[in-house]
Amino acid sequence: MLIFERSRSGRRATAQAPLRVADVSALPERFRRGTRAPLPELSELDVVRHYTRLSQKNFSIDTQFYPLGSCTMKYNPRACNSLAMLPGFLNRHPHAPETHSQGFLACMYELQEMLRDVTGMKGGVSLTPMAGAQGEFAGVAMIRAYHDARKDTARTEILVPDAAHGTNPATATMCGYTVKEIPTDDSGDVDMEALKAALGPHTAGIMLTNPSTLGVFERRIKEIADLVHQAGGLLYYDGANLNAILGKVRPGDMGFDVIHMNLHKTFSTPHGGGGPGAGAVGVSERLRPFMPIPVVAKEGERYRFMTEKDLPQSIGRLSAFAGNAGVLLRAYVYMRMLGRAGMPRVAEFSTLNANYVMARLKEKGFELAFPGRRATHEFIVTLKRLAKETEVTAMDVAKRLLDFNYHAPTTYFPLLVPECLLIEPTETESKETLDGFVEAMAEILEEARTSPDKVKGAPYTQPNRRFDEVRAARELDVAWHPGAALDEAAEQGRAD
Amino acid sequence: MPFIPHTETDIQDMLAAIGVNDIEQLFDEIPSALRTGPLNLVPEAMSEMEITRLMHRRAAQDHVDLNFIGAGAYEHHIPAAVWQIATRGEFYSAYTPYQAEASQGTLQLVYEYQTMMTGLTGMDVSNASLYDGASALAEAVLMSVRANRKSKSHRVLMPATVNPVYRSVTRAIVHGQGIELVEVPFDPATGRVDPKSLAAFEGQDITALVIPQPNFFGVLEEADALTDWAHAQDAQVIGVVNPVSLALLKPPGEWGGKGADIVCGEGQPLGAPLSSGGPYFGFMCCRKEHVRQMPGRIVGRTLDADGRTGFVLTLQAREQHIRRSKATSNICTNQGLVVTAATIHMALLGPEGLERVAAACHANTHALIDRLKPLGVTQAFTGEIFHEVALRLPRPVRPVLDAMAQQGVLGGYALGDDYSDLGDLLLVCATETKTEADLDRYAEVMKAALAAGSA
Repeated sequence: MLIFERSRSGRRATAQAPLRVADVSALPERFRRGTRAPLPELSELDVVRHYTRLSQKNFSIDTQFYPLGSCTMKYNPRACNSLAMLPGFLNRHPHAPETHSQGFLACMYELQEMLRDVTGMKGGVSLTPMAGAQGEFAGVAMIRAYHDARKDTARTEILVPDAAHGTNPATATMCGYTVKEIPTDDSGDVDMEALKAALGPHTAGIMLTNPSTLGVFERRIKEIADLVHQAGGLLYYDGANLNAILGKVRPGDMGFDVIHMNLHKTFSTPHGGGGPGAGAVGVSERLRPFMPIPVVAKEGERYRFMTEKDLPQSIGRLSAFAGNAGVLLRAYVYMRMLGRAGMPRVAEFSTLNANYVMARLKEKGFELAFPGRRATHEFIVTLKRLAKETEVTAMDVAKRLLDFNYHAPTTYFPLLVPECLLIEPTETESKETLDGFVEAMAEILEEARTSPDKVKGAPYTQPNRRFDEVRAARELDVAWHPGAALDEAAEQGRAD
Repeated sequence: MPFIPHTETDIQDMLAAIGVNDIEQLFDEIPSALRTGPLNLVPEAMSEMEITRLMHRRAAQDHVDLNFIGAGAYEHHIPAAVWQIATRGEFYSAYTPYQAEASQGTLQLVYEYQTMMTGLTGMDVSNASLYDGASALAEAVLMSVRANRKSKSHRVLMPATVNPVYRSVTRAIVHGQGIELVEVPFDPATGRVDPKSLAAFEGQDITALVIPQPNFFGVLEEADALTDWAHAQDAQVIGVVNPVSLALLKPPGEWGGKGADIVCGEGQPLGAPLSSGGPYFGFMCCRKEHVRQMPGRIVGRTLDADGRTGFVLTLQAREQHIRRSKATSNICTNQGLVVTAATIHMALLGPEGLERVAAACHANTHALIDRLKPLGVTQAFTGEIFHEVALRLPRPVRPVLDAMAQQGVLGGYALGDDYSDLGDLLLVCATETKTEADLDRYAEVMKAALAAGSA
């Protein structure tokens, strides 16, 4: 039931709003709304019960294993949340003077320094991008600003491997570049011949994820970096998979000029059902002048925000204030609790878990996309053969997993591996959880062979069966109205 | 090992199953020359108890007694239930709802959010959120260029009364796409755009006009006249609004004869704490005919295999994971959890509660103005205000604000930082959180600060 259907005219959560009605007679009629906003009218208990019940219709890390590849669904420590929500942090106005901001700024400065250390980006870190895609934007905009500052305006192309996240090409377009796709070779590395052929005076840069979205480490990264630099281009590192190499290899040492990190992946801030994230960027020395502002500086024992005055060549501001500060505080607390020795352990145990699940699924008869390679923090299973034999697809297996109380892996990404499941267990899961998942996968494989229709009809245990997505897009219902056509259709369905 | 559950036995069993001797062997594809040396800037680990002590100390360090700064982030009472429910693990630690059947909680909530936002703004459709108000305006400008097919110029009129940071963020984001942002001056007497001053642009190819309501000075723009003017030029109207104000003010969907085309803004006043500027959320609504040009996620209602209603992400063909370089935007992760809070917040306040909040803010700011008049402080502009006001001080603003801050009162935002000719203007906001005693304290502290300046 929708919240609007629970609404009763005249009901209120009285304690939540001012007790007195204030005088607004100074506000001329022509600026006023004619009728009250059509929000629902409910008691506090109505609201609490409705949204608590809705929450129970979600899978989440706190309730289920969530091996969603490329998303790093690791445990989000509760202390990160409660400490970021201390009243002193929540009540701090973004325009509070620096005299009343030293506690907050100290956290931000130290976070910048820790991120600089683990990425090897010597030029500095800006925390302002509000999600991975905005970090990508900042990265490519800096590459453009660098070329523009050198009056090197013939560089109009960004190279993107075909396995890249969709945000990479979309970002390049937003920055005014055309996108050239580079194919992947059979072992999952960038096709070097194709790369060489694509590089030239039009190359502004390349966007790479390493390990790639195929779950393997790009072994010739140094060679790629040299080739791109020789052609006059810069290298952008998409930090989506930083969890795999944290403390083991640094993008700065691989030769990257700019990186964005997804703090909501590697540094365990929550995904919140779709954000907020944080997409901090780190840069090499040559891109330092172009960093997005603000950046926190330390002078003696005082901290302050650097602005346009300090970085006149900055690509500018990307958020109204200083990014998703509350998310940054959570990442800060997480990094302090892990400490220096905890950083490489993230990579080690996420890699151990991924390789373990990969080995066990192989033993159960699943086909690996890159059988000759090590898994990084994730790996790909392809169900191409299974789909051909039984018509059970990757999507069917994903839906059936929900019935076994596991969130599905990422399906149909990367696009170039047919019927793929991208599986990322993360380091915070125990061996028993992984074993349970492997057994469920094996059981589904068996079902696919013996009773494929059962798998194709899944899920059976969720609040809903599979949806008519075509109808959703064709007969658009994106805001509720009393007497909506969809309610009538559902009513009719029940009557039939 | 913090947050890693493996016992020594687990590790040995797992290594044996993989067929390697140690964990290090799993990294053997990485060239050894690239391996990281010791980290120097990450300190040794702290226990939860130790970090708790450190964070309590730092949070307390930034304490102020009273905050009267607005300028794009507004202090409101947030019901206790809002964040208690929003931080339940099932909302807090879920991903973007790609597996619809296992994400009906988040999906239904977003659908309810979209419905509430269309109700507040008077528009047909809403997306599931953007990052913040500033980046939402940038996306709205990009969207208007796609949606206004009559216009070829890619010129967008941007009044100087739009939040200066929003203008600067929009510049940074649309810069690469050849879009021209043309500044429109304001009337120094009223503090708003004089519709007559737009005559200079008449007959030109204009893609869109941005209308902030209320504007950065807290002043109400003549939104009806501006909207009609824009539509007469075949330009689209992008409204930038404060969602709390919409409990009192005319919804943008009703501006002028035809209403705004795109409405966006900062969602923070709906249940997000000030929190140093984020996480907040940007909202965006539009008319139905432009929905395919909208950036970001949209949740739709549909039927499942059993004919029951439920919710899915829809119109995904607009988005980067499908359309790649041709997508409407690169946005992927948005501000879901803050939208969760905002939805619960709006449901708790309801139409009357939100109207009471808006009215109390309006009345409190007027009450503060009345208290400051005897100090020689005057209202800088004659235009009617919502809940924020530009005041002219008899002294330069900066030292007055510094002196007030020393007394624990953040007195407002110095407009001279952004408008060089408004150096003696202070932007102040008194929301519903301020009591009579708070307003008295502000007046006292300012009186002392003004007196100190003249000594």
